[in-house]
Amino acid sequence: MANTAPRTLYQKIWDAHVVERRDDGTCLIYIDRHLVHEVTSPQAFEALRLAGRKVRRPDLTLAVPDHNLPTTARRDGEGHRIPIKDAQSAQQLAALERNAPEFGIRYIGDADREQGIVHVVGPEQGFSLPGATIVCGDSHTACHGGLGALAFGIGTSEVEHVLATQTLLLKQSKTMEVRVEGELAPGVSAKDVVLHITGVLGAAGGTGYVIEYTGSAIRSLSIEGRLTVSNMAIEHGARAGLIAPDEKTFAYVKGRPYAPKGEEWDKAVAWWASLATDPGATYDKVVVIDAAAIAPSVTWGTSPEDVVAITGVVPSPDSFADASKRDAAQKSLDYMGLVPGQRLDSVEVQNVFIGSCTNSRIEDLRAAAAVLKGRKKADTVKWAIVVPGSGLVKAQAEAEGLDRIFIEAGLEWREPGCSACLGMNPDKVPAGERCASTSNRNFVGRQGPGARTHLVSPAMAAAAAVTGHLTDVRELV
Amino acid sequence: MEPVKEISGRAYPFGQKNVDTDVIIPSHWLKTITREGLGKGAFETLRQNPDNLFDSDEFKGSPILVAGDNFGCGSSREHAAWALLDMGIHAVIAPSFSDIFSGNAFKNGILTVVLPQEAIDRLVEVAKTDPIDIDLEAQTVTTPFQDRFTFEIDPFRKHCLMHGLDEVGLTLERGDAISGFEAEVRADRPFLAHGVDLAASA
Repeated sequence: MANTAPRTLYQKIWDAHVVERRDDGTCLIYIDRHLVHEVTSPQAFEALRLAGRKVRRPDLTLAVPDHNLPTTARRDGEGHRIPIKDAQSAQQLAALERNAPEFGIRYIGDADREQGIVHVVGPEQGFSLPGATIVCGDSHTACHGGLGALAFGIGTSEVEHVLATQTLLLKQSKTMEVRVEGELAPGVSAKDVVLHITGVLGAAGGTGYVIEYTGSAIRSLSIEGRLTVSNMAIEHGARAGLIAPDEKTFAYVKGRPYAPKGEEWDKAVAWWASLATDPGATYDKVVVIDAAAIAPSVTWGTSPEDVVAITGVVPSPDSFADASKRDAAQKSLDYMGLVPGQRLDSVEVQNVFIGSCTNSRIEDLRAAAAVLKGRKKADTVKWAIVVPGSGLVKAQAEAEGLDRIFIEAGLEWREPGCSACLGMNPDKVPAGERCASTSNRNFVGRQGPGARTHLVSPAMAAAAAVTGHLTDVRELV
Repeated sequence: MEPVKEISGRAYPFGQKNVDTDVIIPSHWLKTITREGLGKGAFETLRQNPDNLFDSDEFKGSPILVAGDNFGCGSSREHAAWALLDMGIHAVIAPSFSDIFSGNAFKNGILTVVLPQEAIDRLVEVAKTDPIDIDLEAQTVTTPFQDRFTFEIDPFRKHCLMHGLDEVGLTLERGDAISGFEAEVRADRPFLAHGVDLAASA
């Protein structure tokens, strides 16, 4: 293949994974890493079983339960499993626990130290690598793009396809560069960056594209910050997000359990370093964002595109040019119980959720703890939980004393899992109540029927816990 | 899978934009380990309104859904496609679909038809009173009022849909090519060639 023309990061990873190319442009793409959780896999394993098919590469597959697990204790004092009350959750978890060994797949159990949210576990274990193709039956798989991996969510039929063949039939996406140039202001985090991008692009702005996030503000982010940005690529419609791997990335990956070692490590770094977009390569679309214009951000509506700065007000539906958006905005405001012109920092919250695959890594917990240290949550905040992304994050936080800060501030310190991001486990926000949430979706009913979600950064969630209303965290530091 | 050639009948004149997968099937319905029975949970929140479109005598059981931009955005849950199928929907017409949803729909034999907003506006009007016809072979959507909209579809998807082909089975036939690729990776990028050593991690 002639590879002399300048190529983008996406193009290079794509080219390195083409098994076969058809005349119509569809390619059979090899998948390097497959993460499996309990929600989107039972029907895939069942289909394999019915057809008498095997998993082609169990060694490239890693299974871990996350969505349904309660975030309360999972073992009693004697080490016995505490039964899960919801029979359907228990059944789904049991199915993965049964399917993984049956098909020869490494299974991280519910009480293992390594257990956690699949998108936290992958990078943490060194299973997710730069330049790799990574899939999972979960739309936030784009997360791993923060390492420079081509990672995207797939449906259950595709899970079955990857299990059986280690490939997917795909058409190449268009490419978009989202360049965030400049310096981020103090108090502005990776979450604010990605909320802002989603506000600019809209919930469908990236549909059909793979987005590469570039620019000095993106490069300045830590790897965990980059994972946060890429995590929400799907919230502006892009199936995958990418950030070019650099020295920070290599340092992050090095020494992790499944990361390459010895001679292979040197080969890996050499290849990863060659993946950056070539000078002169072009994208199908370029969007430039001024980093200095990004404020701590918050959502007011029921689509992740409904973003404003915390210093702003709830917009009027009439302010939207598009008729269907006006209609949607009015429905959002009715659901959210907000009125146009209302200041966002006056909106009271009864619940705070710090966690999810977007914001449950150690740096997220440090940012929240920095705000909560020596403070107490407001009495009007009835429920405030901190859910670490994995058992290893939990252990690290405890070693740093962060758990004490949360508990002394009146927040609950929980076991790892997806939790109140989507409430498949018992962690739900009551109907009609608000939640300042570090998760990724503010859809109607996402955190529980009738629940009202405001997406924010970990520091902003902590600030809301302290004051009892959405708050500009810069006032507390 | 059942071959898909023509889908005709009444269509839900839904028209909404950014219909996310939590709207199509809320997360508490995702706890199943089978594909059946999810129709009961489809559009559950909207169906709490007694006057909703989906339970109305006139539209209940319609095989076509006409929707707005970005249909199926949000999660990767294939349950969204299974729920639509279980409530009898075999085609969705919209100006755009989320990438993951359209893939999931295709793999379950649901036809996703992309038409411009003007066509959607017209079809929503027609659907209120009359049936719609989708001809996959001809790639057209027509109404009893001489409206005729043509749509694009990926030729491979069209072929699979029209013949009810199983994609996993098709790819398994390419086993030698996949093995060949794996050998190349072992030589060129050995660090990607092996992941979890089950014996070592046990």
